[in-house]
Amino acid sequence: MKTSNPRAWFLVLPVILLVAFNALIPLMTVVNYSVQETFGDNLFFWHGIGWFQDVLGSERFHAALGRQFLFTGIILAIEVPLGVAIALSMPRSGPWVPICLILMAMPLLIPWNVVGAMWNIFTLPDIGLLGYTLNSILGIEYNMTQSPLAAWITIVAMDVWHWTSLVVLLAYAGLVSIPDAYYQAAKIDGASKFAVFRHIQLPKMKKVLTIAILLRFMDSFMIYTEPFVLTGGGPGNSTTLLSIDLVKVALGQFDLGPAAAMSLIYFAITLLVSWAFYTAMTKDDQN
Amino acid sequence: MKLRSLAPILYILFLMLPIYWLVSMSFKTTNEILAGFSLFPQEFTLENYAAIFTDPSWYWGYINSTIYVTINTIISVSVALPAAYAFSRYRFMGDKHLFFWLLTNRMAPPAVFALPFFQLYSAVGLFDTHIAVALAHCLFNIPLAVWILEGFMSGVPKELDETAYVDGYSFRRFFFRIFMPNIKAGIGVAAFFCFMFSWVELLLAKTLTAVDAKPIAATMTKTASSAGYELGLLAAAGCLTIIPGAIVIYFVRNHIAKGFALGRV
Repeated sequence: MKTSNPRAWFLVLPVILLVAFNALIPLMTVVNYSVQETFGDNLFFWHGIGWFQDVLGSERFHAALGRQFLFTGIILAIEVPLGVAIALSMPRSGPWVPICLILMAMPLLIPWNVVGAMWNIFTLPDIGLLGYTLNSILGIEYNMTQSPLAAWITIVAMDVWHWTSLVVLLAYAGLVSIPDAYYQAAKIDGASKFAVFRHIQLPKMKKVLTIAILLRFMDSFMIYTEPFVLTGGGPGNSTTLLSIDLVKVALGQFDLGPAAAMSLIYFAITLLVSWAFYTAMTKDDQN
Repeated sequence: MKLRSLAPILYILFLMLPIYWLVSMSFKTTNEILAGFSLFPQEFTLENYAAIFTDPSWYWGYINSTIYVTINTIISVSVALPAAYAFSRYRFMGDKHLFFWLLTNRMAPPAVFALPFFQLYSAVGLFDTHIAVALAHCLFNIPLAVWILEGFMSGVPKELDETAYVDGYSFRRFFFRIFMPNIKAGIGVAAFFCFMFSWVELLLAKTLTAVDAKPIAATMTKTASSAGYELGLLAAAGCLTIIPGAIVIYFVRNHIAKGFALGRV
């Protein structure tokens, strides 16, 4: 049992100070911008909740938000089952395990814009390995700078390539922590493979899968660099995800007010979904 | 049984294809790249790598990245250690809320913070220094380090602390001499994840630097646009950014899987 100790605050203080410096001051700046109007020259006027109304009512924001949810939904639907399936089919011990883990973790350690550049080179229609194979060998027309569908498939494939390993690592960590006795008991009972998965492996993986889904949700919802480098949000606006649109507004057009309001709405949505998900997943544990 | 082992092999193959293409591209000459498709480099060249290692604006990018990533990892892990100890051993006012608040900082899109960060670090006079990027990356690395370390620390029985105090150890001596060696693996994993997330992040690093502390990833974007897209050079630079990660992952290979599994939730 944990003991009550108010002095523990001193141990946490450095963390609070550092994170607060980085989180609260910029957040306050954003809040400050979001309620003001500026005409340049550092002159600011009170604008109330006007920007929030504008952003929430704008079709551009709705479209970007819709694309963002679509993207996150697709990649979660692919990466989580795929990651679990691969973790299930990996050997539980032996010399191959560390090799598999190292190779699988490779994509996680590549800088995000290099991931974008790498996929760009990989998919160039005339000289990229994938682009050339599809176009010239298989005869499938593929050019992601012209077809929105090809661009979408490419950014989804890139994200699956980049992040499925995280789900694999986590699911695998959950699997190896299951004692052998569980499997022996299942064997004696004559349980089918599916029954073993449903009643032993899945419950044991629940904790790590919660973390995996949460992390994947947060990171995919905030994704910026990879699609920006790969497609630049195009063709047209077809792959302009929420953060790409935000940076366009904030740094491209330098509309600080709307950008700040958009940031706060964005942050609120991320928080809300994460919280709802977190509560739903951990509710059973408390009962 | 055979089919089962096929899945990881196919998956790893899928992972390696784009990486192979990048590596193969980096050994090709610009002429060969533009001339058309070739599966292997026809005229094997080290020109692209030579260009990077002889041009200070390129190799300083690597040095800058390494400096701020190292500073960030040291800061994150060293402030997270006592905090994680407090979360794993004590109850105190607001502890649960504090833990959730820390985690929410991982949910703030960096795109949201880019501009305010620029203004904040310009105001305190740290713009374009390594320490600025290192401090900014603390935003998402400290919560992560606390989370991982707390998991590992909760795995150490509390009797260890009590026995040490009975034996007359002071908190400081106990923490450094006994407790830290016990959670070596956890410290390694936390450091690994801090290194990883700081190394791969670009948006904040790019926003907070101009010349003196510019990261390699930002150098790449600049060169790609100004030098008329030299694909071979870009590929070589990309390959070199993979190496530090590969080295680090080799050292923690037996512990990565454990890192998150022990965490809270």
